[in-house]
Amino acid sequence: MIAKADIRNEAARLLGFFEAAGAQAVEADILQPAKVLLDLYGEDIRARAYVTSDPLCGEQMLRPDFTVPVVQMHMEHGAEPARYTYAGEVFRQQEENIERPREFMQVGYEVFDRENPAAADAEVFSLFQKELSPLGLRAATGDMGILMAAVRGLSTTERRKAALLRHIWRPKRFRALLERFGGKIKPPATRIAMLKAVDAMDGVGPFIGLRSRQEIEARIKALKEDAEMPPISEIEAAILDDILNLREKAPIVLENLRDISVDLPAITPAVEMMDARLQVMDARGVDVDALDFEGSYGRTTLEYYDGFVFGFYAETRPDLPAVASGGRYDALTRVLGQGRSIPAVGGVIRPELLLELGGQA
Amino acid sequence: MTVKLGVPSKGRLMDKTFDWFGKRGIGLRRTGSDREYAAAVDGVTGVELVLLSAGEIPRELAAGRIHLGVTGSDLVREKLAVWDQQVQEVQLMGFGHADLIIAVPKCWVDVDTLDDLDAAAAAFRSRHGFRLRIATKYHRLIREFLRDQGVADYQLVDSQGATEGTVKHETAELVADITSTGETLRANHLKLLTDGLVHKSQATLFRSHKAKLTDQDRVVLDALLEKLTG
Repeated sequence: MIAKADIRNEAARLLGFFEAAGAQAVEADILQPAKVLLDLYGEDIRARAYVTSDPLCGEQMLRPDFTVPVVQMHMEHGAEPARYTYAGEVFRQQEENIERPREFMQVGYEVFDRENPAAADAEVFSLFQKELSPLGLRAATGDMGILMAAVRGLSTTERRKAALLRHIWRPKRFRALLERFGGKIKPPATRIAMLKAVDAMDGVGPFIGLRSRQEIEARIKALKEDAEMPPISEIEAAILDDILNLREKAPIVLENLRDISVDLPAITPAVEMMDARLQVMDARGVDVDALDFEGSYGRTTLEYYDGFVFGFYAETRPDLPAVASGGRYDALTRVLGQGRSIPAVGGVIRPELLLELGGQA
Repeated sequence: MTVKLGVPSKGRLMDKTFDWFGKRGIGLRRTGSDREYAAAVDGVTGVELVLLSAGEIPRELAAGRIHLGVTGSDLVREKLAVWDQQVQEVQLMGFGHADLIIAVPKCWVDVDTLDDLDAAAAAFRSRHGFRLRIATKYHRLIREFLRDQGVADYQLVDSQGATEGTVKHETAELVADITSTGETLRANHLKLLTDGLVHKSQATLFRSHKAKLTDQDRVVLDALLEKLTG
């Protein structure tokens, strides 16, 4: 058991490290309005964050991370470009594992910069790697932007692409949608009957509830249109699988992606971004030839990463969670920015894990 | 010390539990007046009967304040995180059957499956500006089910009774509730999703992993379980 005072000292040291790298230290409230987090993450966050209630302000959450309050703060009155750092406790319910801590320190570094996203990605990663290098951790990287670009590049309807993108972080539903749009799943008999019916609403009883008849009719129309569309081709579905199954050193993945982009040119800008990122990483002293890349990395974390993603793991301690993790979350700034957005990337380190692994104290 | 057996304190669930134990040579009965929650066990010594609300039995088992308990398998799964690490399922008892299901208005002709529900939820949210509301008292079971199925853009609103009426009253768009015959659903113009069966519940005898036993208790408990499951 590491003393809390030692963890605080370690957090302060990391905060100083990020300040020295040019970040401005910021604070965030521990109590966050639950509505923002629920609207962002959905009901699942209730199983991961502590919800409490205020008699006047309603449901509140103990902050499960800093990203949301830091993005809100920046979108309200931040100058551009901006680099922030913070240190403090976050709170997570652990329903499955009694061993995992419920409150732990995070020290973070976030970059809001629209000039050169690839360079910002490389900056954050190389800074983290520099700090963590004495511990001999394995770095995992991925890029949600490539998968998303691939989905956007499918030769199918915008509606299908939007449905797939909405579930990019839920692999099971994504797979089910892909199979349905690929014509692999036969629609149920009731669906076939509904599509054929002259008036599908005939004799269905009273219209109750807030979801109106017009909304139901709009979806029937959408379903009818969708039924007329050709399925997503097996070739294109296979390309998505190829991307998801990539698991190699970064330069080899880059070559593979270049090959894939011949068949799916829409991913080219995302692949070029990855190339540019690797070049800046290399210039910053990262050994990119040894860097692991996984095509599906970042799909099952809290859903907001939509570009570069990374995590640092202690291979000798598989019982520990990631020592550090982060990624790009451009879309989150749009959701929280009320009409405005800015490319953003960042990550967090857990100081108590650093100490546990024998880092500086 | 005694071996404590928690049993639902009223209604059909209590009567059927008493019958079930009776058939296995253990007489359970209430004592004193109708309103007094006192009880006795015949046919075995060293066992104490504790009458509790069925909804509290999972918590008492998890805390180790009772050794055995009879309650619905739905309640154990709803009330206890990683329930199978806290209690052991000793015996399905074959009564108290009820299905935890998801039901939508019958007029939703475009929604038959979870896949449809998910698509409808996305459209509803963009149109109404809030997440589709599901009325339920089974928050954990429904949340875990919908997470595993990858359904998004919904919210759970708590409903401790008359859940089927929430759609008509526009406090929820659909419901997740227990049904045995489906009659209440039909009467309220609701229909089941074809893949919306969350859990098939029945009365079940559970054993606490946490409750402490003396050597003597252990002999009593083993003999009791032998009678009940043999």
